Amino acid sequence: MNSALIVGVVASSIMSGTSLLYATLGEIFGERAGIVNLGLEGVMLIGAAGGFAATAMTGSPYLGIAAAALAGAAINLIFAYVVIARHANQLAAGLSLMFFGIGLSALIGRPFVGTLIAGLPRLSVPGLDPDGIGARLVSYDALVYLGAPVALFAWWLVFRTRWGLGLRTVGESPAAAFAAGLNPQRLQYQALTLAGALGGVAGAHISVALTLTWAEGMTAGRGFIAIALVIFAKWNPLWAIAGALLFGGAEGLQLQLQAAGADVSPFIMNMTPYLLTLLVLIAWGWSRGSAAPAALGRNFVGVE
Amino acid sequence: MQRDGSTLWDCASARAKAFALIAAVALGVFATLLIAAGKDPLKAYLDTLTYVFGNAYGFSELLVRMIPLMLTAVAAAAPARIGLINVGAEGQLYMGAWLATAGALALSNQPAFVLLPLLTVLGFVGGGVWALIAGALRALKLVNETISTLLLNYIAPLIVSYSIFGPWRSPESSSYPQSPAFAEAARLPTFFHSRVHLGVVFALVCLILYWLVMTRTRFGLEMRAIGGNPEAARRLGIPTIRYILIVMFAAGGAAGLAGMAEVAAIQGRLVAELSPGYGFIGFLVAWLAGTSASGIVTMSFLFALISSVGDILQITQGVPYAVVNILMAVILFVVLGRRPVGRAAR
Repeated sequence: MNSALIVGVVASSIMSGTSLLYATLGEIFGERAGIVNLGLEGVMLIGAAGGFAATAMTGSPYLGIAAAALAGAAINLIFAYVVIARHANQLAAGLSLMFFGIGLSALIGRPFVGTLIAGLPRLSVPGLDPDGIGARLVSYDALVYLGAPVALFAWWLVFRTRWGLGLRTVGESPAAAFAAGLNPQRLQYQALTLAGALGGVAGAHISVALTLTWAEGMTAGRGFIAIALVIFAKWNPLWAIAGALLFGGAEGLQLQLQAAGADVSPFIMNMTPYLLTLLVLIAWGWSRGSAAPAALGRNFVGVE
Repeated sequence: MQRDGSTLWDCASARAKAFALIAAVALGVFATLLIAAGKDPLKAYLDTLTYVFGNAYGFSELLVRMIPLMLTAVAAAAPARIGLINVGAEGQLYMGAWLATAGALALSNQPAFVLLPLLTVLGFVGGGVWALIAGALRALKLVNETISTLLLNYIAPLIVSYSIFGPWRSPESSSYPQSPAFAEAARLPTFFHSRVHLGVVFALVCLILYWLVMTRTRFGLEMRAIGGNPEAARRLGIPTIRYILIVMFAAGGAAGLAGMAEVAAIQGRLVAELSPGYGFIGFLVAWLAGTSASGIVTMSFLFALISSVGDILQITQGVPYAVVNILMAVILFVVLGRRPVGRAAR
């Protein structure tokens, strides 16, 4: 491997890892509150389509990202209502949200098929030739730079604040949280709103910073990889950084090998993120150290 | 249903009211979104009705679409009865199609009475083994089957694409890669001068078997025991691991049959875009049907009808087919939101 290839792999790992990181952080908030959202894929698609459409119409990628966050939060609230207020089955509601996202993003994105946008600008690093190899290694868009701080903030929020303690209590035992004077349902709504916004940003990073085009179903299962990454990260936002980089790395390596004309079928290489996810989950299964919130997937029906 | 003394008629009319309400809300929300996008929903609904019920061919196409939905719904329903969540019928369908294609290409000179039973078995095994991976990982308590079946869904179509872009690529197809056409003997027979194929028999046999096993056999009773309380079932001496493996294999097999029928009857060759998400829709069909065999038939009919709306929208108004997913999702949200609070948490 020459240095250009290594730089390419690192740079594209970080780029593809960023959207996984935001999506994983969002799902961690939801699952810490005891709610599995299989609709993350749909939320990301709506973020990707909404963010792209807003960017194309306003010309500002930052407005696009903001629109994606709002759209993601709004869509996730439908899921939140059905699951929290109506006690619906979380898996069925999540898959419904996925379908909703697939459909709505196709409708939103339709007028923008073939449109090209300038996209989220890479921030220039002072003292570096913007076209040189050094700049390729360290110059990214704002969302990439924000990734690690956001993860750190999420960790602080979950593990070092009163709100986070409440959130984790709800995830372990909503009844205990209720008995302690907390409002489990309100905390769950808050967590899912946050999760939706992060999922929207994750989707928008793909369309507004990475591909710069819209295509139907462009998230290609990253929502499900992010759900698996939550297990990989053991519900800890800091571990999510490592997970996102590892899986971004699998994608990045595959992209760079393809670009370098490696003699492997692209379809075989495209399998690596999914296979890697499965292998990691198997390895975690062996180690038995489950850190899953105890009430994950169960509905809090209230205390009479 | 009528244990509380209400008559059959009360029950039926309450159901009809609920059904009408769900349909009205879902069609209304979908129509609003389409109007916002500058499309004509009323025309789409009417076009769909005239297309589907206007002549025998349109109706037969509805039946064609019901076949994979019924089979993938069985694939989701049977594991649900032992408390497993199989969201992987999509991948299982692709693997059934893939293995059946392998058989059809390798043995193309065999007569139909050899080939067709063989392809059926291969389709079943292809889907079954794919589901068995998830089942085994679950039985060994390594990976939750929900997440593994979801991930396997993304791998199976890549195996299909690899094969048709690589070793199985037909020499005649240059721009649109696909496998060589199946021999005439490897094609499933069709009925009534339509595309309705032998798969409809597979689907009905699977549904009847599913119903018989669940209601009339010791196996079904023990499945229900596991689904009701796995710990109690284990203490009773029911071999839960064996049940997980057998049920997942059989369920994946049903989805694999759907894939085999798609290649052997509809396409006549292996192509990349085999399924517009039949496996996922099948999961929702099974869920809405409460995993009952008769409910699966009704719900498959309904969802086949809805997906015809998608076709019509695409053909007559240039709306992407995927948009019809909104209609399905809204129906599900209304159903999920309507369930009496407290009873729904299954």
